[in-house]
Amino acid sequence: MNGDFWGVPVNVWTILAAALVTYATRAGGYLVLSRFKRIPPRVDAALNAVPAAVLTTLVAPSVVSNGPAEALTLLICLLIGLRLPMMGMFAIGWVVIVALRATGI
Amino acid sequence: MSPTRSDFYQGLRDSLPIVAAAAPFGLLFGTLAVDNGLSVGEAVLMSATVFAGASQMVGLELFDTHVAPWIIVLSVLAVNFRHVLYSAALGRRLGGMAWWQKAIAFFLLTDPQFAASEARTDRKLPLTLPWYLGMGLPVYVLWIIEGWIGAMFGRLITDPGALGIDFLLPIYFLGLVLGFRARPGWLPVVIVSGIASVLGFYTVGSPWHVSLGALAGVIVALILPPPPAAQIEAVEVTP
Repeated sequence: MNGDFWGVPVNVWTILAAALVTYATRAGGYLVLSRFKRIPPRVDAALNAVPAAVLTTLVAPSVVSNGPAEALTLLICLLIGLRLPMMGMFAIGWVVIVALRATGI
Repeated sequence: MSPTRSDFYQGLRDSLPIVAAAAPFGLLFGTLAVDNGLSVGEAVLMSATVFAGASQMVGLELFDTHVAPWIIVLSVLAVNFRHVLYSAALGRRLGGMAWWQKAIAFFLLTDPQFAASEARTDRKLPLTLPWYLGMGLPVYVLWIIEGWIGAMFGRLITDPGALGIDFLLPIYFLGLVLGFRARPGWLPVVIVSGIASVLGFYTVGSPWHVSLGALAGVIVALILPPPPAAQIEAVEVTP
């Protein structure tokens, strides 16, 4: 998109609007929830599941949509991650993906 | 060290892996932004105001295609919709913050910020503003700088794939998922979210698979029998 609106590039307006809707999502869930005095136990349980639920959706397609090197790396990381802390798994996973890609599988 | 300062330093330490994992994406964003017709200033403005990597990339794909601006804004909203859940979940933990501190906290509420905050809560450590800023500010400031560097010198990294850096975020997110495995209902939630997101990825397409997969997992947690009474004391919500 090119052109100006009120002397400011349209791209800048678009970026600012995108920033505004992003902030709205980041504050919105809290603003809705804070209208309730107490959170019912099931809703509380559902909210406790949010991190695992969302983060899983950021990983799962990477397992199946890339190649064998990527899928194998995540499988190895899964096994390592059940035993080692985060940073250890992260470092080993980095080495594994580089090594597997270097083999060209 | 005072508790406040040590909280801030703990936050800094917690931010290190994500600073490393996010760096290539910050650089990549800057490079692609200029490729897609944004000025360097606009690229930096986007990193500084939107501060949500995946949605910035999706926005970029559209900037170059003569799509109406409101479609771009709508796409950013779609990619970022998961933050509504973050904000609802994390809002319960921010009872100790004043309203303006919460307003700042929500601005910095990225995926890793949310995950690290929830993990800190699991370790029964207080979610103070110094810790939160120690975690969030390095990620934010470096994200802006990386976007700027990427826009200026983007073509220096010729083959990010060979260095594996394009694949660091999935590894990092997997580590975060595993970090929550002590929570009630974790396994069914992860299995359902995983299957639903893959189905969504191949049918509806990205980025909708994130919201759909997450929703499926959260619904599972909603209908599972609630955990034993000791863990479910209703949480006070302070506005």
